[in-house]
Amino acid sequence: MMKHFTITKRQEEHIAILEINGELDAHTAFQLEQQFKTLIETEAYHIIVNCSNLEYIASAGLGVFMAYIEDIRNLGGDIKLSNMTDGVYHVFDLLGFPSLYDIHRDESEALNSFNTQK
Amino acid sequence: MKASTSHSINVSSSTEHLREVRNFVQKYVQQFDVNKNDLDEIILAVDEAYTNIIKHAYNNDPNQTVKIELGTSTDTLWVQLSDTGFHFNADEYQPPDLLKRIKNKQRGGMGVYLINKLMDSVEYSSAGKTNTILMRKRI
Repeated sequence: MMKHFTITKRQEEHIAILEINGELDAHTAFQLEQQFKTLIETEAYHIIVNCSNLEYIASAGLGVFMAYIEDIRNLGGDIKLSNMTDGVYHVFDLLGFPSLYDIHRDESEALNSFNTQK
Repeated sequence: MKASTSHSINVSSSTEHLREVRNFVQKYVQQFDVNKNDLDEIILAVDEAYTNIIKHAYNNDPNQTVKIELGTSTDTLWVQLSDTGFHFNADEYQPPDLLKRIKNKQRGGMGVYLINKLMDSVEYSSAGKTNTILMRKRI
């Protein structure tokens, strides 16, 4: 059976890139949560979440970003988001995320914004 | 007023059925000739309402049942979810302050706010042991 939600992890120098694929809801949100926990444990605080293959997000998925952003920023890092489809961006926008999260059109723009912060 | 043509399912109260619930909504709402944006918003609103029932009305007990019904009347699509768990008091609901929640590392509590944004009207009611949320959207 095909999984409804998967995460692929890549590394670009000191930046961890999570490609999230499929449907992020109250059933699958723990998978993203576990990834953030692992990244914090391994002191990888510079994170880009590439949403190009994210087909759907519910507030439980947004809740995971809410739960970890403060810790990661306090540790000197950030969670940046990129490549959202219009539909997914609409949900982030309804909840006011664009004013509090660093959301980029594409991954290279997100990478550049980390590199200029160094 | 509810129209005569409606569809319903009974689903167990577990997040593992979320996808099935979304598929049910998609299948029948599509038949009412709604645009893609409205369809996506209705699916998300039902997902949020169903998730809230699982978490708050039934306290994550997977052995309970949620009834979901949907239909149209004139230019309005309606969806109703019913449960027999704890009653949600809409009067005590406060809209979330995202910044404050992030600072306090809180999550959740965004579902009701989202439902209100996605749908044109939302009514909560209780009769006997049954709680219902009735959501409407002009299409």
